[in-house]
Amino acid sequence: MSMLSDYRKREESVTMSTEVAGVGETHELLTLNIGPHHPATHGVLRLIATLEGEVVRDIKPIIGYVHTGIEKTAETKQYWKVIPVVERMDYLSYYFNSMAYCGAVETLLGLEVPPRAQYLRVLHLELNRIMSHLVWLGTSALDLGAMSMFWYCFRERETILDLFEMSSGQRMHTRYFQIGGVIEDIPVGFAEKVQAFVDEMPTRADQYADLLEKNEILLSRLRDTCILDEQTLLGLNVTGPLLRAAGNPWDLRKAAPYSSYDHFDFKIPVGSVGDNYDRFRVRHAELYESTKIIQQALNGLPEGPFIADDRKVVLPPRHELATSMEALIHHFKLVTEGFRVPEGEAYYPIESPRGELGCFVRADGSAKPARVHMRDPSFVNLQATAPMVKDSYIADLIATLAMIDPILGGVDR
Amino acid sequence: MPDAGGLEAIAQELRDADPTSVLGTTHANGRAEIQIDPASNVAVLEHLRGRGYSFLASLHGVDYYPHEPRLGVIYELLDMTEVDRISVKARVSTDDPRIATVIEMWPGASFPERELYDMFGVEFDGHDDLRRIHMPEDYEGHPQRRDFPVGGEPVLFTYNENDGYGADQ
Amino acid sequence: MEVKREPADFRSRQLMARDMLRGDLEDADIQKFVEQAVMTTTVDRAVAWAQGNSIYPLTFGLACCAIEMMSIVAARVDIARFGFEAFRASPRQADVIILSGRVSMKMAPVIRRIYDQMLEPKFAISMGACCSSMGVFNNYALVPSDKFLPIDVHVPGCPPRPEALAHGILKLRDKIQYNEREGWRERYDAVGTEEVLPSAIGSAGGRAGQNSTSVDSAAGATGA
Repeated sequence: MSMLSDYRKREESVTMSTEVAGVGETHELLTLNIGPHHPATHGVLRLIATLEGEVVRDIKPIIGYVHTGIEKTAETKQYWKVIPVVERMDYLSYYFNSMAYCGAVETLLGLEVPPRAQYLRVLHLELNRIMSHLVWLGTSALDLGAMSMFWYCFRERETILDLFEMSSGQRMHTRYFQIGGVIEDIPVGFAEKVQAFVDEMPTRADQYADLLEKNEILLSRLRDTCILDEQTLLGLNVTGPLLRAAGNPWDLRKAAPYSSYDHFDFKIPVGSVGDNYDRFRVRHAELYESTKIIQQALNGLPEGPFIADDRKVVLPPRHELATSMEALIHHFKLVTEGFRVPEGEAYYPIESPRGELGCFVRADGSAKPARVHMRDPSFVNLQATAPMVKDSYIADLIATLAMIDPILGGVDR
Repeated sequence: MPDAGGLEAIAQELRDADPTSVLGTTHANGRAEIQIDPASNVAVLEHLRGRGYSFLASLHGVDYYPHEPRLGVIYELLDMTEVDRISVKARVSTDDPRIATVIEMWPGASFPERELYDMFGVEFDGHDDLRRIHMPEDYEGHPQRRDFPVGGEPVLFTYNENDGYGADQ
Repeated sequence: MEVKREPADFRSRQLMARDMLRGDLEDADIQKFVEQAVMTTTVDRAVAWAQGNSIYPLTFGLACCAIEMMSIVAARVDIARFGFEAFRASPRQADVIILSGRVSMKMAPVIRRIYDQMLEPKFAISMGACCSSMGVFNNYALVPSDKFLPIDVHVPGCPPRPEALAHGILKLRDKIQYNEREGWRERYDAVGTEEVLPSAIGSAGGRAGQNSTSVDSAAGATGA
């Protein structure tokens, strides 16, 4: 570390306490409103910052600026129509939203997802995780001043969106996951394109590391800033890369595997100090691990149906509609009324790029859910902002917001 | 989640500590749930926390309209060392929607409790900052209740833009 | 909004140009040639051309559409080709506000305040289905952007592809350059975005003198 990075030690001669310093001087607290329209808050987040000079003494986040009433709208739609509504919640990890919801409904129905569908789901989920981390990396580097990272990360993101467009027809919010599996099998040529992506992604991740890792400014902005220990994070119900950066290796993919995650061999990157630099490194290392999972999913993709067999819940294949009366009746029933789910409540947690994303569904026997609640990780992680940035500079506040990676669509729902 | 026997054992422990606390148990759909009396939620959660379920994974609400008591407050607890989940449900009625807060045990319950207040009207005793979180501060009504209308606007086109839209509203 | 030239086909224009260079054109023909070939225009048209080619969008991302708006700044669909990559964070420096995402009830007054802070001439693009027409979620929490902002271009999609948004921005550019009054400015007979008294809209017989009865909020500027 060079001189730049020990500026914090040199400033120890200046006291940051709230007591009167010097003769007859008092330090006033300034209340500053940051947002909701601000270039550096990720989305429409409003922060009321109480400042003493440049030092942040308190932060109060005010949210609700993109509250969409998703959960209320979901109660008025049939179960399979809720999928597009719920996908738009945490708008960078749309596959995860639909996975949590479909998993909850499949639990309520007792529906078995075929292995090919599970592998395809894992493939798309990990591609989405890489994409979400790329957007995070690009926009965080932009906040910190390293503008060119944005273009590099979005270059990879365009490749991933091409893959999504190939498998489902849409770039974002693809409604590819359906209850029982996936809506369609992957087309010819998809596997080769994914293989090409997987071959080049580790080198690209190395390029990002080369651009940022040895940069003095980035290191001094991120190292040893806004440390929060594991116990406080657990008390704040924080999960995901924030908790892993503090040293707790909690990851639902390993702890409580769902959708065949136990078939894959991958590691969980864990930090040691819990500062902004560890949060950055944990997410960057997850890029490599996700690539490994995609490679294994591609190699081991089993043959078989891509969606469950239960015609009461899943649309029959179109070619059967011409010949089979039962298929026609099932199709009609499913499209007009939808399927009924027996009474019950289910909570299905998965590991999204930001932490534990859980979906709670209450079914009351009709064709529409009685309650859909998405436990969003960013909503809970945002409460960690205040303890993290207490007694650090405004510049560290911006860096910390970037490292927390909140997605306000999920926060506000 | 604990199997049915384990769930009953936990419920029995809670009943031994306080006979009025546990109202019932449910073990279905991969979820082990204990229904409790809202007055004893802090005691029950303390006990479960001592038993290892130290992480509050989710705090959310349900409106059981038309079954009374209507508003359900559900705590999803997680034991990270054993990888075990358990749920606790407390139901309050709309006439007296008060329940004790758990932010002393888990500071991260602050936002979810505010959301429950905003969306359902459940008031948490002891919460230091109970105000609306998603809707504007002066909004009236609790949107997520089942008898609150979904709302919505007719789409504004050129042909109907002067009927009820624009300046003469 | 295409510029029409006469004669329409390229060959005749080419021959006319050749004749002019040789000195073979007569008076009336020279007049017509100068009108068509040389860009004689009023100062307004020149200014509009320049304004259209240097639009500064406001960094205003709300929800999912904001990610696709970021994609148009990225390399594949590159609006820097048109000169629009200078996103400005301050509304005082921006020309167009791209409402990218769903507008909730809490956010609507904030957006209106930001729009009011922008300086004339200013435009608004409503990107995506949610702000154009409530989108997927037609419920209590959302407000269609037409209710509180005059929108010039609506871009449909959920989210619109970056190419679609680029198409919308280029339509706005054409509108600025050739026909600024198209759309809501023509229907309400407005030039700027000063508020007009309700009695002046839809009054029988017409539009004359509407701007003179306009009520100005805080700007104090007279004359549209």
